[in-house]
This record gives sequence, structure tokens and C-alpha cells, in this order.
Amino acid sequence: MALDDLYREVILDHYAHPRNRGHLADAHITVEGANPLCGDELSIYVRLEDGVIQDVHFEGRGCSISQASASMMTEEMRGKTLAEARGLVESFKAMMHGQASAFDETDLAALQGVRKFPVRVKCATLAWVALAQGIDEFQQGKPAAVRATTEAPE
Amino acid sequence: MIPERVREDFPILQQRMHDKPLVYLDSAATSQKPRIVLEALTRYYEEYNANVHRGIYFLAEKATQAYEDARVRVARFINAPRPEEIVFTRGTTEAINLVAYTWGRANIRAGDEILLTEMEHHSNIVPWQLLAAEQGARLRYLPFDGAGRLALEELDTLLTERTKLVALTHQSNVLGTITPVEEITRRAHAAGALVLVDGAQSVPHMPVDVQALGCDFLAFSAHKMCGPTGAGALWARYDLLDAMPPFHGGGEMIMLVQLDSSTYKDPPYKFEAGTPNIADCIVWATAIDYLEGFGLAAIREHERQLTRYALAQLREVRGVRVYGPEDVEQRGGAIAFDVQGAHPHDVAQVLDQEGIAVRAGHHCAQPLHRRLGLSASTRASLYLYNTPGDIDTLTRGLEVVRRLFTPRTAVRDR
Repeated sequence: MALDDLYREVILDHYAHPRNRGHLADAHITVEGANPLCGDELSIYVRLEDGVIQDVHFEGRGCSISQASASMMTEEMRGKTLAEARGLVESFKAMMHGQASAFDETDLAALQGVRKFPVRVKCATLAWVALAQGIDEFQQGKPAAVRATTEAPE
Repeated sequence: MIPERVREDFPILQQRMHDKPLVYLDSAATSQKPRIVLEALTRYYEEYNANVHRGIYFLAEKATQAYEDARVRVARFINAPRPEEIVFTRGTTEAINLVAYTWGRANIRAGDEILLTEMEHHSNIVPWQLLAAEQGARLRYLPFDGAGRLALEELDTLLTERTKLVALTHQSNVLGTITPVEEITRRAHAAGALVLVDGAQSVPHMPVDVQALGCDFLAFSAHKMCGPTGAGALWARYDLLDAMPPFHGGGEMIMLVQLDSSTYKDPPYKFEAGTPNIADCIVWATAIDYLEGFGLAAIREHERQLTRYALAQLREVRGVRVYGPEDVEQRGGAIAFDVQGAHPHDVAQVLDQEGIAVRAGHHCAQPLHRRLGLSASTRASLYLYNTPGDIDTLTRGLEVVRRLFTPRTAVRDR
């Protein structure tokens, strides 16, 4: 286990220079994700247009893995339908739990190194699980802010 | 200071971690165990394992004797007037819950107040929340100041005729703060309140004398003082224990059981239903013998010197901020800090690769962290087997953290 596997340059770059960070005032979906044991906290905002994700922002504080993963996710989600977004969440979770990567051409591939550090997988999946929960509740007609965590077994 | 060869008493400290010598800096979570404690545990199971207070045969008698000897040993360790004032529990948490469920339910009424502090461990908050919700009582909190000291000037306002109990830590598991228990007890008693002290972090690290403290209840654990997990004790004044209703019902705690009702044994047995944790309580006495071989004053002095060194060294690392009192007379060796630009989880991960075990997170003290404006911190905590070399390894490890995380972030000098 080498630290370089975990703290890849691209991850540290997203951590230091997060993309799409900040509140999104007219969001249709707002989700809070928190892993209180670690102290990872995220808010995710999604703005839709004709059922397509127009913009995803996040804010919060937490470890490099949770923040970088959220930053990468916001880039990946733009222009996707909710169904596509939901599919990407499942692909990402599958990659983090050891299955083949569906993200080889993107920054997200760097997060595969986190698999060697099992306790940190929940940091990487927090933003994604939160987004999925937000989408699910939005589609069930519950657009109010919801909370998600990856500290309990998924 | 305690000589470095003491490390040889601890088999676990001999191993390497990620190909580096293990530097264990998480004794506030649990301490390591010396070989003689591990051997005593094996000896119990190999030579005299039997249930206590029941058998007529030799083994049962020997186990009972050792179990009761351990009670005497624990009582003497905190200068309790009587061994019957020691109730064996699973640990500090169960001891505090015992008081909340028995003394609390019998004595706390609607409108009463329980005064806690903002630096409590969750185990000294949540049991009182449950009790307060059940009884309609109110919790109040004594704050702490920027230097990590309790704001005693607010005590008079917070202590009223409605205050029935003051429950506070003797030493913060995050800030290291040693609280003025004697003074708070004196003022609480003057206001008519009883005082419960969470001694989980003080009893292992300094001489603690319940008669000198003057408190009414003291809760503490074996596993933070070189003993096994799953054993601990509640000390309480005998008259309080005698008046308290039982905690758990079952065997061992009864005098006479009829179909509709039962009568109970005297303290401490009234509170020890079922087969107790015989082995671990017996072995706890071995751990106490081990610690007293050095003397608790010597252990405190060792940690005081090591803490002074650690605070000075950590101050030299750019971007590191240490929480809690700066004066080592006012604090113990639990040292929480943060590294600018690096989340505690990342700090702990990098340090782990250097063979250093520290804690990252809220350390079961979320209100305290909220008060500090943090969601988490990194904590290094010391014990008798730590050395100045461990501190040097830690500060070198923090330089690795800085190299990894700071070139990419704008770090302001502090």
C-alpha cells in the first residue's frame, strides 16, 4: 500500500481547486451528505432543465477523498438525464467496490486507488450516494432537502 | 521520566507497521497491555476459572477470592473508604448509565436541572439526555474558553436550587484539560447538587483520590489503564448506593426471590446481576499493580514532561494548530490539533503510513468540536510507554503531511 495510490495528483488537484463549488440558489434538488464519524459534510445542489441536469454544485468540508470525489462528480453529471445520472452512481459504486471501471477516460479513474484503503471507500462514495438519494426522493415527489450517509452499511 | 525500556513490557509495541517501528499515540482511546496482564489473564483461565459467589469447591472459592481482592485493589487505588463502594461495570459508559437509570430515575423530577460541561464525552451527555427526556428535566452546560478551560465565572449563574447533579469530566479526552473538580464539587454541594466525575481519562494518568476530590460518583475503565476491555467501575458513597434502586435484575443481586417480588443484596452486589466479568476484573488488579510499580505521580510527571515537549515541537510545524491549555499543569497528554489544508482523516492516513497511530474524527465529543468550529480533529495521546522519540516521529510525519497537502493550497503562516 503506497500513499501515492490514494493521493493521486489529480485527486489532490480537485481537493485544492474544487470545481463547481458553492451554493446553487435555484436548485431543484438539495441533498446533505454527512459521515459524522469522519467529519465529512457535503451539500449537493442540482438544477434541472427539461429533465436534464444543467448544473451540479457542492459545498462542504471533509477529507481530500470526499471533496475530490464530489468535485469530479459535478463535472461528470452535467448534461445527463436523471436516469443516466442514477446509472453513473451505480457504476461508480461498483468501481469503488472492486468492479471494472467505467470511467477510464475521466479524472474519476484516479479514485480506484482508494479501493486499497477500504475504510476510505465511504469517503469517496458519500457525494454519489447523497446525489442518488436526492434524485430518488425528487422523483418520488419529495423535493425537500434530504440527508444521506455512507457510514451505515449501504 | 519513566525509562524507555518500559516499552519492552508491551509485546504489541515490538511490531513494525508498514515497515516502520510502531508509534502508538492513541492511548486515550485504549491503552496497550503489558505482558504480565496478558499472562495473568491466561493464568486465570488455565488455573482457576470458575463462577464466583456460588461454588463450594476450591476453584470457585479461589476465583471468588481473586474477584473480591480485585475490588479491594480498585478501591484502594482511588482511596475509596470501603471496597463495597466499588461496583464493577463494563466500563465508564455503563457506570454513568447505572447512575442515570437508578439514582437518576429515583431523584430527578420535572423541572430539575443537570449541569454538564461543553467538553464532555458523549457517554457523559447521552445518558443524561435520556433521563432528562424521561423525567422532564433540563440539561445545562458550563462552557469553556478559548484556552480550553471551563468558564468557572459562569458557574454561579448555572448552579441553582434546581440543579440536582453536576456531571463533568476530570480530564478532557480531546483538549486534555484537567478540570478543577474539587472547587466545582465544593460549589455544587453548597448549592445542594451531587457531583459525578467521569474519570476515564484521569484515573489512568494521575493520582486520583475520591476523598480529596469530595465527589459523590466516579466512573472509570480498566482498558485505558493497561487493563483489559470490558471492565470498569462505578465508585459511589455507600449511603448513595444503599438508597439507589437496582440496575439490572437477575442472579447474584438478590437475597430472596418470590413469585411477585424479590429482595436485593446490599451494595455492591445489588448492582452486579448475572455472572460478572470475572477474568477481566481480576486482571485489572494486575494492571493496577503494574502502574503502581511506577507510581501514578511518576506517570503523571512523565506525561507532563512529554506533553510539554510535544506542545513545543508541534508549535514548530507550520500550519499546525493545537487545542487545549498551553500550560502543562492544567492539562494531560491528550493533544488535539489540526493541520491547515489537510483534513484530520488525511492526516491520520499519512501518519499511519509512517507507522504512527493517531485518532481522527470527533472523538465522541461532537458538542466540543462544534464549539471549536470544527467537525473533526486529529488527536495524539500519550502514556507511560511513549518517548520523546515518538514525538519526533510524529512531527516528522506531519512534515510529510504538509509536503503532500500544502504546495497545492495557499497556506497562511501562523
